[in-house]
Amino acid sequence: MTLTLRQPSMLTGMDIPSATQPTPEPAIHVRGLEKSYKDLRVLRGVDLDVARGSIVALLGSNGAGKTTMVRILATLLRADAGTARVNSLDVATRAADVRASISLTGQFAAVDEILTGRENLVLIARLRHLKDPGGIADDLLARFSLTEAGGRRVGTYSGGMRRRLDIAMSLIGNPPVVFLDEPTTGLDPQARLEVWQAVRELAAGGTTVLLTTQYLDEAEQLADRIAILHEGRIVVDGTLGELRRLLPPATVEYVEKQPTLEDVFLTLVGAGTEQGQR
Amino acid sequence: MNRHFLGDTAALLGRSLRHIGRSPDTIVTTAIMPIAFMLLFVYVFGGAIETGADSYVNYLLPGILLITIASGISYTAYRLFLDIQGGIFERFQSMPIARSAVLWAHVLTSLVANLVSLVVVVGVALLIGFRTGMNVLGWLAVAGILVLFTLALTWLAVIPGLTATSVDGASAFSYPLILLPFVSSAFVPTGSMPGPVRAFAEHQPVTAIVDAIRHLFTRQPVGADLWVALAWCAGILVVAYLLAAVAYRRRIS
Ligand SMILES: Nc1ncnc2c1ncn2[C@@H]1O[C@H](COP(=O)(O)OP(=O)(O)O)[C@@H](O)[C@H]1O
Ligand SMILES: [Mg+2]
Repeated sequence: MTLTLRQPSMLTGMDIPSATQPTPEPAIHVRGLEKSYKDLRVLRGVDLDVARGSIVALLGSNGAGKTTMVRILATLLRADAGTARVNSLDVATRAADVRASISLTGQFAAVDEILTGRENLVLIARLRHLKDPGGIADDLLARFSLTEAGGRRVGTYSGGMRRRLDIAMSLIGNPPVVFLDEPTTGLDPQARLEVWQAVRELAAGGTTVLLTTQYLDEAEQLADRIAILHEGRIVVDGTLGELRRLLPPATVEYVEKQPTLEDVFLTLVGAGTEQGQR
Repeated sequence: MNRHFLGDTAALLGRSLRHIGRSPDTIVTTAIMPIAFMLLFVYVFGGAIETGADSYVNYLLPGILLITIASGISYTAYRLFLDIQGGIFERFQSMPIARSAVLWAHVLTSLVANLVSLVVVVGVALLIGFRTGMNVLGWLAVAGILVLFTLALTWLAVIPGLTATSVDGASAFSYPLILLPFVSSAFVPTGSMPGPVRAFAEHQPVTAIVDAIRHLFTRQPVGADLWVALAWCAGILVVAYLLAAVAYRRRIS
């Protein structure tokens, strides 16, 4: 760990104005979102905008509330207060319409182990009421290098294959907004790269992606913008470059070194505070 | 009703039926215990039980059929629980589908699986001497009662499936249901039981349903038993359905 700067107080809560705010109505628009589980105040007023067609990483330690946030946006959970709109639709009042414009890839691969990969895809295509489910399944199998494995039961797949299938299932019907909750947690490095590639292809096709992660390098690699969720709020939100500029260039004894995202993260969050929250 | 209800239910039913087709042992397991009870009672205890019926297997079969259903429906709780655990339940909930289709698919799967198990059990009963002079209408009536009973118990099974916190919890609820026929007219006439036990046995649903099916089997007039049996099934069905709907709403909100 190369944390050389210690000026956390002035940074917390700082807002970076976005240089490029393309459309008036972002794909995801969240204001003052709050959610508690009994006494545990998980979200305490989250504000977040995700521009159409961008990849935003929601970065936070284990237990920060990333899954809670995604589940609210995916209409699986009701917020206690605040508003959230996805694709200009309020998640509380237009839940059914929101569900038609999103897909969720949960923290754990939600695939049917007893069915084959192809059957999983066909099932989802049928549930999305699309024509030619078989053709859609074959296309996706090819796109995710699963054609050979397509006829095998998912129970026999490796972790990476399962995750790829999981993401392929999420793409059926081309939902304009995709949520990926910790898409690479528990994957080996090779599988991780495969998933990253899949996410990049998604965004290249114009899909808006909100992904959560605990991995700083994942956020660095994939995201156009990074939002750090800490103690129930988005403490900072910006591009990697903007986040870096939050910390003055390190004046170390020997070499001048750009602060990494890890530096920014640890400075903002405090290296020791994430314990005991899981 | 959501306009996609039928299509979504059909898609999800196809999925669950594939599960069963790929692990037919669930149907065998469902049928084995009732068949074992049937053999045990017919060949070991049966000689000592005085029922007044011409053959004990004829007397016994209705109760065995109900035990088959009671053990079969625990798989509904089990499968539903696994769907929730595995996250696929949430995936379905986050999709634009008719939301009740998820439950109906499991319920209809249970119906199909239990009917197959019942056919197996009746087949074994025929092999060991079960005979009935029932006509087609009689068979349809028996099938109707069994379908209604299966639906009622399956909706009951949906509740632990949605609320359980462990696999064992999800299936354990069916044990008392399997035992219920033993304190009924299924194995011995209630007249031989001591007072309070007899009172319970004569007023619990299994006795009414068993008596109704038995009268159909022996081509006697079914009379009030049939209506009491149907009322029990319908009552359990409605209450279980409403409770399951509440559990479902809790689970998805
Ligand atoms: N259903 C729940 N009931 C009670 N507490 C919960 C529930 N879900 C999550 N939590 C708690 O809320 C906090 C945030 O959880 P979560 O959103 O899963 O965080 P993350 O995904 O960032 O790891 C954690 O402390 C977790 O234990
Ligand atoms: Mg999480």
